[in-house]
Amino acid sequence: MKNEQGHHKTGKKYGMVIDLDKCTGCGACMVACMAENNVPFKEDETNKLDNIMWMRVYRMSNGKPFPDADICYIPRPCMHCEAKHGHSPCVSVCPATATDYSHETGIVSQIYTRCFGCRYCMAACPYHARYFNWWDPVWPEGMKNYLSPDVSPRMRGVVEKCSFCFHRYQLAKDKALTAGHREIEESAYQTACTQACPAGAITFGDLDNPKHAVYKLKHDPRAFRLLERLGTNPKVYYVTDREWVRWMADNYQDQEQKAKG
Amino acid sequence: MDDSALIPKGVKRCPFRQFALWIGIAGIVLLWGVYAMFLCWFKGLNQTNMNDAYGFALWIWADLAVIAVGGGAFFSGFLRYLVGKDELKNIINYAVLIGFICYSSALLILAIDVGQPLRAWFIFWHANVHSMLTEVAFCLSCYFAVLTIEYIPLILENRQINKVPFFHNLAHNMHEIMAIFAATGAFLSFFHQGSLGGVAGVLFGRPFSYREGVLIWPWAFFLFTWSAAAYGPCFTILITKITEVITGKKLVKDNVIELLAKISGWMIITYTAAKLIDTIYWAAVTAPSMGFTIDHFFGTSIYGIWILGAELILGGIAPGLILISEKGRKSPFGLWVAVIFGVIGVSLNRWVMVLQTMAVPVLPFEEWYLYIPSWQEVATTVLPVAYGVILIMISYRYMPIFPQEQELNPID
Amino acid sequence: MFPFSFEWAWDMSHYVFHGGLWYALAIIGLGMTYCIGKAVIDTIQGKGGGHH
Repeated sequence: MKNEQGHHKTGKKYGMVIDLDKCTGCGACMVACMAENNVPFKEDETNKLDNIMWMRVYRMSNGKPFPDADICYIPRPCMHCEAKHGHSPCVSVCPATATDYSHETGIVSQIYTRCFGCRYCMAACPYHARYFNWWDPVWPEGMKNYLSPDVSPRMRGVVEKCSFCFHRYQLAKDKALTAGHREIEESAYQTACTQACPAGAITFGDLDNPKHAVYKLKHDPRAFRLLERLGTNPKVYYVTDREWVRWMADNYQDQEQKAKG
Repeated sequence: MDDSALIPKGVKRCPFRQFALWIGIAGIVLLWGVYAMFLCWFKGLNQTNMNDAYGFALWIWADLAVIAVGGGAFFSGFLRYLVGKDELKNIINYAVLIGFICYSSALLILAIDVGQPLRAWFIFWHANVHSMLTEVAFCLSCYFAVLTIEYIPLILENRQINKVPFFHNLAHNMHEIMAIFAATGAFLSFFHQGSLGGVAGVLFGRPFSYREGVLIWPWAFFLFTWSAAAYGPCFTILITKITEVITGKKLVKDNVIELLAKISGWMIITYTAAKLIDTIYWAAVTAPSMGFTIDHFFGTSIYGIWILGAELILGGIAPGLILISEKGRKSPFGLWVAVIFGVIGVSLNRWVMVLQTMAVPVLPFEEWYLYIPSWQEVATTVLPVAYGVILIMISYRYMPIFPQEQELNPID
Repeated sequence: MFPFSFEWAWDMSHYVFHGGLWYALAIIGLGMTYCIGKAVIDTIQGKGGGHH
């Protein structure tokens, strides 16, 4: 797990490809994620600036009037940015080494008991994928019994974010080991959002493994990543037929679009 | 109550009752801040108006601003002990005191700002040496130790304390090797002032503050160090002048102030030139390569292009020109205007690098984020001001802060 | 901060960062030790008794 400088072998690169043309914006991925990862919630979740949503579906509009108006829903988990050699925007800035880039899985982890809540990682993340626990979690009566025992709940004053359901990776790894397999099957490790999506818009797997579906999908000419030009090198890809979405996703200005044709 | 035995010889101070009254007034403001501080510690940061878009807000700005203006201590020390500008010995004590207040305030604000204050030591224990914030934490703490060392001899020189032979000897010995401490302070300041710029400058996910640079240091690193050295003395002069107005006495001779003002002026002019080049390169090359234009960054009325103009012209060129011209810095009005504009200018720069960085939308489907601090944030930010006023009042009353005071204000 | 914590790596970044840090800490520490030590000796030798 440890980020050992100079020894980046055996790496898997878990990532996602999300088909935006299939996404209906239903929010099942968000709900599944919250339930799976013991994400705390408030009685009133209207204010999206102080609630916690590891997976959040955003709405994007082309800004044109009828009949050309078009919208696109963009599910946004943590992008698990690799940047250059694992120096993700957030990992490189965390002063207490409370967030780590794993060269074994490509997953950016958050160590809740290590985080002291300076929020520098949040300032560094352009995707707003990181959330601060402004309150201690309060669960409705009886709900504590339904929390997942595989995911540690977080306390007030620390930052949390999507882990690509890392506990599922650990379980899958254990299962593979006991079954005598060396490799984790593609289907053995899937995130909660992937499985919950009724439209099948999310595909998850090892981006470097040619046997996994995501490997092929990320090479789709219609595939792109959010804010690619910042150099964050995210591991979440999106696919769409709609050109305006692809242009907009990386803030291409009109003149740049014209120049590129 | 009579405290005349504690007051330095040969100087006049106001009656104790008047002193106590003002301490009491500042104390009420201080208590208000302390109350807000405990609210934040016990109830958590939900007491603030910060949110997930504004993880860094008023407090981080206050931190950056007080450290920038507190830079007067290290730069005056550097000029006095390393460059050999001997006249500055007449203002260095005050510069140290102001620096001490600024840095202790910064540490206090940081202690309120973190979500888990009891774990704050993790930043040292589990240090990630690649993080600019780690460098800030280490250098800031070390430099605060240096400032404490520079401030202690002043306390020891109080009339009564100085009667104790050990304290007298200790103060004497500390004075003797002060140049070594000042050099260490300058070394540490160079890094932490720079790293505070680096904190924003390395954020390659935030094209508004991201800057290219050399090796691991973005250009913002050097600009922050330069600006702290340039504007820190402005703040030292400003506080000295305010103290003179309040006490109704001349405390530092004009030639000392003018020397510091002149150096500050040249530093401001050169800094502003560097900042201008940095801004042009960023607007023309860095930001467009990331998909952003300058119109995008200055797209609201609050964060309009005026803010950049104000920072560069009113906070840079104007005070710089006044201070480098002999006529400008010799005119009381010119000096006041220059140091006030300078302090506002550098504070505005820190505001922009923190708050505007958070406000500018980066994702294509985002809006501008605006934020108004809660009263708890305001109170805890005012707290250091009240604390500073109290510490200055006590230090001025009981310690020989201004070596020229006696000569300038002879008692009949 | 110390070589026994797990984040530590024997690489250039750690040499430079902690080199600078411990260098500064050493100067501060030794400087103050000198001042206090000399003040103790001076006091024992009876210096600093007079009023200045």
